Amino acid sequence: MDQDGVIVFKGWNLKGGLDLEGHKDLSRQYSINNTAIPDELIYPLVDRSGNVLTALAKTGERVLKGQVIAGSKGVQGTLLHAASSGLVKENEWRMIAHPSGLKSECLIVATDGLDECCPIDEPVDYRQLSAADICEKVHQAGIVGLGGASFPTAIKITPNNVHTIDTLIINGAECEPYITCDDRLMQQYPSEILLGIQVLLRALAIKNCVIGIEEDMPEAIEAIQKAIECSGFNQIQVKVVPAVYPAGGERQLIYLLTGRETPSQGFPVDIGVVCQNVGTVMAVYQAIVKGQVLIERVVTVTGTGINKPQNMWARIGTPIKDLVSQCGGYNGPNERLIMGGLMMGFSLPDDSVGITKATNCILVATSKEVTKSSEAEIQPCIRCGECASVCPVNLLPQQIYWYSQGGAHQKCQSFGLFDCIECGCCDVVCPSHIPLVQYFRASKSKVFLKRREDEAATLAKQRFERRDTRQVQEKVAREQRIRVKKLALVKRQKESVSSSAKMQDKP
Amino acid sequence: MNFTWAAAPHIKPRDSVSKIMLKVLLALLPSIFLLAWFFGGGVYINILLATLTALIAEAMVLKLRGRVVLKCLKDLSALVTAVLIGMAIPTLAPWWVVVLGTFFAIVIVKQLYGGLGSNLFNPAMAGYAFLLISFPQEMTAWAMPESLNAWPFSDIIRLIFSAQLPDAMTIDGITMATPLDVVKTQAAINPYTDVTVLPLGIETLFTQGWGWLSLSYFVGGLWLVQQGIIAWQIPLGILSALALIAAGFYFYDAQTYTSPLFHLLAGATMVGAFFIATDPVTAATAPKGRFIFGFMIGVLTYLIRVWGGYPDAMAFAVLLMNIAVPVIDYYTQPRVFGTRR
Repeated sequence: MDQDGVIVFKGWNLKGGLDLEGHKDLSRQYSINNTAIPDELIYPLVDRSGNVLTALAKTGERVLKGQVIAGSKGVQGTLLHAASSGLVKENEWRMIAHPSGLKSECLIVATDGLDECCPIDEPVDYRQLSAADICEKVHQAGIVGLGGASFPTAIKITPNNVHTIDTLIINGAECEPYITCDDRLMQQYPSEILLGIQVLLRALAIKNCVIGIEEDMPEAIEAIQKAIECSGFNQIQVKVVPAVYPAGGERQLIYLLTGRETPSQGFPVDIGVVCQNVGTVMAVYQAIVKGQVLIERVVTVTGTGINKPQNMWARIGTPIKDLVSQCGGYNGPNERLIMGGLMMGFSLPDDSVGITKATNCILVATSKEVTKSSEAEIQPCIRCGECASVCPVNLLPQQIYWYSQGGAHQKCQSFGLFDCIECGCCDVVCPSHIPLVQYFRASKSKVFLKRREDEAATLAKQRFERRDTRQVQEKVAREQRIRVKKLALVKRQKESVSSSAKMQDKP
Repeated sequence: MNFTWAAAPHIKPRDSVSKIMLKVLLALLPSIFLLAWFFGGGVYINILLATLTALIAEAMVLKLRGRVVLKCLKDLSALVTAVLIGMAIPTLAPWWVVVLGTFFAIVIVKQLYGGLGSNLFNPAMAGYAFLLISFPQEMTAWAMPESLNAWPFSDIIRLIFSAQLPDAMTIDGITMATPLDVVKTQAAINPYTDVTVLPLGIETLFTQGWGWLSLSYFVGGLWLVQQGIIAWQIPLGILSALALIAAGFYFYDAQTYTSPLFHLLAGATMVGAFFIATDPVTAATAPKGRFIFGFMIGVLTYLIRVWGGYPDAMAFAVLLMNIAVPVIDYYTQPRVFGTRR
């Protein structure tokens, strides 16, 4: 521990990874700006894992800011709230924030500029709330993981009988280049984040919390550290992790902070850890302490293609172009529009797409910064092994690639295909410029497809066999019936014959 | 505004195959100059012939295979194979030796197996072994060190292209057995020869140029390791195996077995360890596997050198271990994060 009480991280070390140029200074030094209400708010009626949301507001209905407008069913169901007041238009097929660039049905709110709020709950002291109350409120506020995966937070913090949780980890390691939204949040709202952590600790009924922050975020580290001192929440530790990509990956960060490896097919809960992103903690604070639902988040709008890169409180559903125009617009011909980071974000063909709860960054890059995808540049793999040396999961990407080329997807699995976190490190160092991650994603979906086909085939087989046995049973039953009838008939005939004979006997 | 679509990651790649190959060629430059200094300018002709043959042969097969010729040639891998063959062949060898060897390496060993990245055997070494088996006389006629420095280049050209020696010279008069040849020949004549009386000291290695050559390969190889071009596990495996075994036998009986330093500096040890066995396409690919691959090459080299039929063995050892690569790869898969230790 050094003088400031900050634990400088020395223990566990990440294997592999890349030392990337951060480009964080484009946006990190400006405080988070508020944004104007856009004319339209666009909400896809499908979430990132493909679950369908049902619209709960009717076409033509006037909705208020914070009103539930859609929700998905099931255990992992979430709620979606209007980010401003306005009229619900007819559902339209629009391009959505999805790597495929495909269109999907969207609920659209034409805002009226009044920003009229739903009546909000009277804020209560979180210390009076039970764990179940907190989970319910988090669910009602529509909170999902804001780090990118969009997993419903309420599920993560609901206690279960199977796992014993002992540590809450707060992910403040923003390892992707350009993105600074969590950095800014920690700099500007340290005490709010600490309160959010208190709420989560209460829900989980544990005491330990570690915040992992990358070493290249000194202001954030200092702000959180000061807030801990002032608040007296001394059970919350700050640990500084090396600024290596992907130190902020959930499994990587947990390993860096605790030395525990999340099992290959498992989840952090299996090793007693719950991991939440800084942004999510902020949303929890707003929901529990302030009684607000999740309708806005911090988005980093950045890149050399943007005039004034900055962080902004953006309403969920705001079209990208509205955010860009508030950042001074584009500053020239740009090559690529990326939602998310340079390493794991996806490109979008145009800027009419609305931001989602998972959108942490809008990155506009010129051709100087990004690759131009061109098949012609791909060369054969020479097995140099650079990919393996940077893989944070210790895979042999060259081998998985080899088997994926041969269509041996089963073999790919035995080389850990599903342990791949798709961080993209291997792509960057590949001298043959092979889009490895893309191949791995394709292999994964082929395995999924095969699994689904197998399941369908098994089902069909079972159905066929059942039908077969049923038919046999029916046949047997029918024959039985016929036999019984025949017997009865014969018996009756015999009886009639014998009775008539008797009758003849007794004239 | 319209944007291009591309899959993540969007960051530019850091390296390219041609850059890697270029660095390998660069690391070979000092050794080429040393070869020319000690064994004559014939090495330049060898390299030139090999390069031309390699490029023409590769272009031809690529065309037959329906590939984009220029794009594939640009990877420079054929050039590396050619230069290695050109350097491995005696500087006085007739022109057709190098042409044949290179043609075999590129067409049979590399392209017929699917070209760059798909070949099972190291092309340069397979070409070299092919020549050594087929033309042992031409392949072992190494010039007497520095004896050709006074020759005009035209004489060297005449010797290589029309097998004509200058007046009053015989081929025996200008060639000399390499140190490894000396050991093998003596062992064949008399198995009880005391090797310590033979001219095999370290000073002799350096005056005959082989020591300097090995050093230049060593330095070039270290640079490649530092540049991240070659895997350090392979040379470490080869050199440690060779040194360990040689040391064992040397300390057991110094009169029958040559010193470990001799084994490290003589013959193709250094070029093999840093430039041949490290060809990633034909080597094991996992870190542990690479060490095993290298170590076994070292073991085989020693076995063949001391008890086999050839004075040197790098080519055979590498080729034999190339066969074992799939097995090594299968058993040396590293532990994936989150799986059981």
